[in-house]
Amino acid sequence: MKSPSDFELSRRKLLAGSAASVALTAAPSIVNAQSPAVPSEVAIAEISALSKVSFTVNGTARGLTLDPRTTLLDALREHLRLTGTKKGCDHGQCGACTVIVGGRRINSCMTLAVMHEGERITTIEGLGTPDNMHPMQAAFVKHDGYQCGYCTPGQICSAVAVLDEIKAGIPSHVSADLNAPPQLSNAELRERMSGNICRCGAYSNIAEAISEVAGRPA
Amino acid sequence: MRFETPATTNPIDQLTVIGKPIDRIDGPLKTTGTARYGYEHHEAVPNPAYGYVVGSAIAKGRIADMDLAAVKAAPGVRAIVTADNAGKLGKGERNTATLLGGPEIEHYHQAIALVVADTFEQARAAAGLVHVDYVKAEGAFDLAAVKDTGEPRPLFGGPADTALGDFSGAFAAAPVQLDATYTTPDQAHAMMEPHASIAAWTGDKLTLWTSNQMIAWGVGDVAKTLGIPKENVRLISPFVGGGFGGKLFVRSDALLAALGARAAGRPVKVALQRPLMFNNTTHRPATIQRIRIGATRDGKITAIGHEEWSGNLPGGRPEGAVSQTRLLYAGANRMTATRLAALNLAEGNAMRAPGEASGMMALEIAIDEMAEKLGIDPIEFRILNDTQIDPEKPARPFSQRQLTECFRAGADRFGWSKRNPQPGKVRDGRWTIGIGTAAAFRNNLLVKSAARVRLDNNSTVTVETDMTDIGTGSYTIIAQTAAEMMGVPLEKVVVRLGDSTFPVSSGSGGQFGGNNSTAGVYAACVKLREAIAQKLGFNSAEAEFADGEVRSGNRKVPLAQAAGEGGLTAEDGIEYGDLDKKYQQSTFGAHFVEVGVDVATAEIRVRRMLAVCAAGRILNPKTARSQVIGAMTMGVGAALMEELVVDKRAGFFVNHDLAAYEVPVHADIPHQDMIFLDETDPMSSPMKAKGVAELGICGVAAAVANAVYNATGVRVRDYPITLDKLLEQMPNVG
Repeated sequence: MKSPSDFELSRRKLLAGSAASVALTAAPSIVNAQSPAVPSEVAIAEISALSKVSFTVNGTARGLTLDPRTTLLDALREHLRLTGTKKGCDHGQCGACTVIVGGRRINSCMTLAVMHEGERITTIEGLGTPDNMHPMQAAFVKHDGYQCGYCTPGQICSAVAVLDEIKAGIPSHVSADLNAPPQLSNAELRERMSGNICRCGAYSNIAEAISEVAGRPA
Repeated sequence: MRFETPATTNPIDQLTVIGKPIDRIDGPLKTTGTARYGYEHHEAVPNPAYGYVVGSAIAKGRIADMDLAAVKAAPGVRAIVTADNAGKLGKGERNTATLLGGPEIEHYHQAIALVVADTFEQARAAAGLVHVDYVKAEGAFDLAAVKDTGEPRPLFGGPADTALGDFSGAFAAAPVQLDATYTTPDQAHAMMEPHASIAAWTGDKLTLWTSNQMIAWGVGDVAKTLGIPKENVRLISPFVGGGFGGKLFVRSDALLAALGARAAGRPVKVALQRPLMFNNTTHRPATIQRIRIGATRDGKITAIGHEEWSGNLPGGRPEGAVSQTRLLYAGANRMTATRLAALNLAEGNAMRAPGEASGMMALEIAIDEMAEKLGIDPIEFRILNDTQIDPEKPARPFSQRQLTECFRAGADRFGWSKRNPQPGKVRDGRWTIGIGTAAAFRNNLLVKSAARVRLDNNSTVTVETDMTDIGTGSYTIIAQTAAEMMGVPLEKVVVRLGDSTFPVSSGSGGQFGGNNSTAGVYAACVKLREAIAQKLGFNSAEAEFADGEVRSGNRKVPLAQAAGEGGLTAEDGIEYGDLDKKYQQSTFGAHFVEVGVDVATAEIRVRRMLAVCAAGRILNPKTARSQVIGAMTMGVGAALMEELVVDKRAGFFVNHDLAAYEVPVHADIPHQDMIFLDETDPMSSPMKAKGVAELGICGVAAAVANAVYNATGVRVRDYPITLDKLLEQMPNVG
């Protein structure tokens, strides 16, 4: 019988082997003229199997040539330098990386950039700017729906998408009647936002901010 | 500026900007994704390499061999940092375990290597190729099993043990007694932004963009660990994505980024991977607490005793869960004791209200239990044993203490009079409803803090201090302070924080940041006012600063003109005398919670929450309220779900990610209500403010526990209160 540590070691070797098999083609990013400069001091000659992807980010066409293992999140943060989208867990557990793709919110850490060819991506930077905030951004400021601010872009992207989901009649876990149009009730709002963790605990204020934008009492 | 005598009237008392519920000045940056956190400084560091941390797969023992051949051959790899090649490293004064382990391993997921590559994907893949042979050693991982080996260790701000009168005699003689043991589990800060740093060397000078609550501590410990002069280390941390105590100290991301950048000859960025954080960094240590209370039949406490057992790595500190029991309730005969055992889990350290948060989880259930034994309303029992003096040192009064007022106001607002003291008697459909309360208590700490203030010829006031804003609202209350002091609108104030080239502040911790950092800004503004008055030939004591002007008698000069072409700069700080020795400075509150418990499944839902706080002057009711409701949320987590589950054989926290370490989400938290009582505390600082951010968590979990008891009649003394602990004893009411 092997001890737990023997198992640990053999499991590591196994994982290492499988990682190596995909690591051979890894290389840094090269971007087209529409992208800002990115880390790329490595000789192009080393690159053997990069992937190309083109999509629209916040209304602007972007083309990237990157390691196919790059998540949409890292493509945004590290390649396009749109750091408003946050990496909280990189495992789809916290919602800080929420962006809107094709009108639906997704965790951008759970999807590869190359899977989004031709798609329309909206990040927090695409919703508004400090001088011209989206109504949801302004409502978060007014209701202090944040503290440290790290989950905030994800909360706001989720909130904007939640209101559209309800308008589109998409039911949730707490919808009592799947055939009736869902209402923007307190329970619906809190259920639908529950994929976005706020460790500072601004939930009560976030609910008020979203409710105001939705035009209903919190 | 020395603060040695109680504050008198000063410009802050004008309350034209201070005390107003002003929106955060950094709000538009945070809500638009333009605030820059530790890993995000692309403009400053355009071409970093990426580091990926490898953690130890054993809890205790040593590395026999590390095979890095495959890593070195992996695409894009630029450097590998291990204890073997990092050169001689020291240990930070505030670190218990070393940040780079090897060959000795002190805890599970202690960092043992950093793999640096051109891209994150390459670094991650190559890190998976590190092959380590370990020699495991026996470790201690079970607090209950080793608690009796514990030794007395001093806690924050006090000795290990205290005693007054004859506790054992009085307890034995008391007609009504409680003797109960409570446990709190290990908990994680689980802040949303992982520990993250970018390191860049220029010659022998290091710049670290990082995420840290205490900039000056960080500079000192980075320098000490690397063995370089402090002058060669600069920390920059303008935004911190949550800390809760987890970013008080330098962690492995910062050290490894620095070492990686040195090895790679290029800037390196490192973020701790989320699944590594829970065992790699610090956590709130578990406690076992025994509480004994003796009282007369009419409810006067005659004996109160609180003993704590916790564990930590050798050299670590105890949790300090007995600290509030030294101060909260009267009673002539008292004892507290702190015992610390050696455990080989990751380092235990400060998490939001270290000591009191854990201690109040137990004490405030005990008070509820005792009230029930006495047949006295739990609020009346607390009021009956309220005290205006330090119960252990009767010569020391509290500077302000409105505990009773908090309960009275809260009872009224929450509808406490409608509570049925008989458990399990209120139903709402399938829910059995309960209401609970608990006191909130947390000390107010005085820490020196400095700032630099500059007035420009366009009347802009710029404040620079190494203070951090970890979500607390520092930017905003500092701007309010400067605006009030200099008589300019808020829009004319620029606040720059979190840079070690700025004057050293209190930093953010122990709910001391708000009062102390603004008091430091106050001191610098007083000096700037004096410089302006002197330049204009005004009597500085009489000069008024308002509406962008300086006035004295019938003379008035616009600030912009007073500043002149070159502007004026002043630097000063606040330092404290012994007002915190003469007076006990604490903050108080009362928590109220209503829960519903499903009669069939024992699912617990929090339905209503209220906190009433008395915590000195509230500098900004909007941001202060957010601190309190956020702390209430974390308290709900502590009550109902948060527990780092220990694998007692292998020695690590099993649920080490955000899926398995559960924290409250939107659906767990109802609308939260909170009230601040009017208070100013002239003993605390010229601001007359105190802390609120940690007060808000102290007592919440017990209020939830007491509400669950009121709903079900089941008393759970082992946190978290999960439905499996209720089910067996739930009344058969379905």
